[in-house]
Amino acid sequence: MRGQLHLWVAQRLTAAFLAVAVAVHLVTIIIAVRGGLSAADILARTRGSEAWLLFYAGFALAAGLHAAIGLRAIAAEWLGWRGRGLDLLWLGLGLATALFGIRAAWGLYHA
Amino acid sequence: MDRLTVRIWRGDAAGGAFAAYEVAARENQTVLDVVSEIQREQEPALAYRFACRVGMCGSCAMEVNGRARWTCRTHVRRVARPGEALTLRPLPHLPVIRDLATDMAPFFDKWARAMGSFQPKDAPDGAVPEDFAVVPPGSKARREADAGIECIGCGVCHASCDVVAWNPDYLGPAALNRAWTLVNDVRDGAQAARLAAVSGDAGCHSCHSTQSCTERCPKGLDPSSAIAGLKRRLFWDALLGRRG
Ligand code: HEM
Ligand code: SF4
Ligand code: SF4
Ligand code: FES
Repeated sequence: MRGQLHLWVAQRLTAAFLAVAVAVHLVTIIIAVRGGLSAADILARTRGSEAWLLFYAGFALAAGLHAAIGLRAIAAEWLGWRGRGLDLLWLGLGLATALFGIRAAWGLYHA
Repeated sequence: MDRLTVRIWRGDAAGGAFAAYEVAARENQTVLDVVSEIQREQEPALAYRFACRVGMCGSCAMEVNGRARWTCRTHVRRVARPGEALTLRPLPHLPVIRDLATDMAPFFDKWARAMGSFQPKDAPDGAVPEDFAVVPPGSKARREADAGIECIGCGVCHASCDVVAWNPDYLGPAALNRAWTLVNDVRDGAQAARLAAVSGDAGCHSCHSTQSCTERCPKGLDPSSAIAGLKRRLFWDALLGRRG
């Protein structure tokens, strides 16, 4: 029960963070594409910037966890997939997807 | 006199089918009046349930033209246009005993699982407290408890909730609404255990706040908000490391 409660809490916290992060992300995109978009422009912004690394790593972590916990709820309701083993699997899946995003953020920081 | 066609699901746990009846269409008749007329004059073996006929006991709920309703307080003309048939089924999400009578036991078992009974703080084992508790009517907890206390246990909300259909273990709106009234009862001494009982996938955390329960509750209660209250309480308890 407490595990289920904590997954729920994690989904709400990540949702709150995503709401802000998506807004920041969109505003950044709109500002960035004015006057054309190039890899050099992006890297100029992100390379060596701890702030952007932290933001995108957090964004990826939140999105990965949030989506996996959400899909877990849908799978439970529509497919009857329930149980502790599956919960751990969803958590692993969420962290794995998050890791791809974090690796990309690291790439932009370290490039 | 105009006639009213009534299709009634007849059968038991093993299955069943609709049977059609006709009664006089009257200006003023409730769905329960119609069912009673059919049972008395045409189909003595028809099984259905009612007691008070005035919206107090919660025993007469059925599915009326696709929606769960209390039948003793539902006028036919409010749910069927002139000439339209009435289609009656047993209350969804509960085992059928026979015809329109469902087994309410699983529904009330959920109340027990949600710890829906008062556990006096200062008088364990059912002892009579020394003195009356003073609970100011204007206090926030009292108002929260009052808002949900008039539940008649009809099961309409439970029958209208998709999450109950998807997860039969889900405690459902009525039991969780009851738990919320007790969480706000300052005289109750079983808060930690109750909050644990209503937490998780079988409890408040499966609710999607779709509010069918609130929309359909014949007493105008708001189980959806009660469940939101439980979620809020458990959220802060978890974040701040409080237990109960
Ligand atoms: C602005 C960002 C976002 C916010 C504020 C947000 C908010 C929420 C909330 C509050 C829920 C719970 C719904 C419920 O319990 O009924 C939810 C569920 C869900 N979210 Fe998000 N979300 C966001 C972004 C995302 C993203 C980017 C994804 C996928 C990549 C996603 C996938 C899901 C899924 C699959 C569910 C499960 C649906 C359900 O349980 O009903 N969300 N989201
Ligand atoms: S608000 Fe929650 S309890 Fe009410 S019908 Fe929707 S899912 Fe069910
Ligand atoms: S909350 Fe409303 S709909 Fe649900 S059992 Fe109580 S009175 Fe009936
Ligand atoms: S017969 Fe009592 S509520 Fe309908």
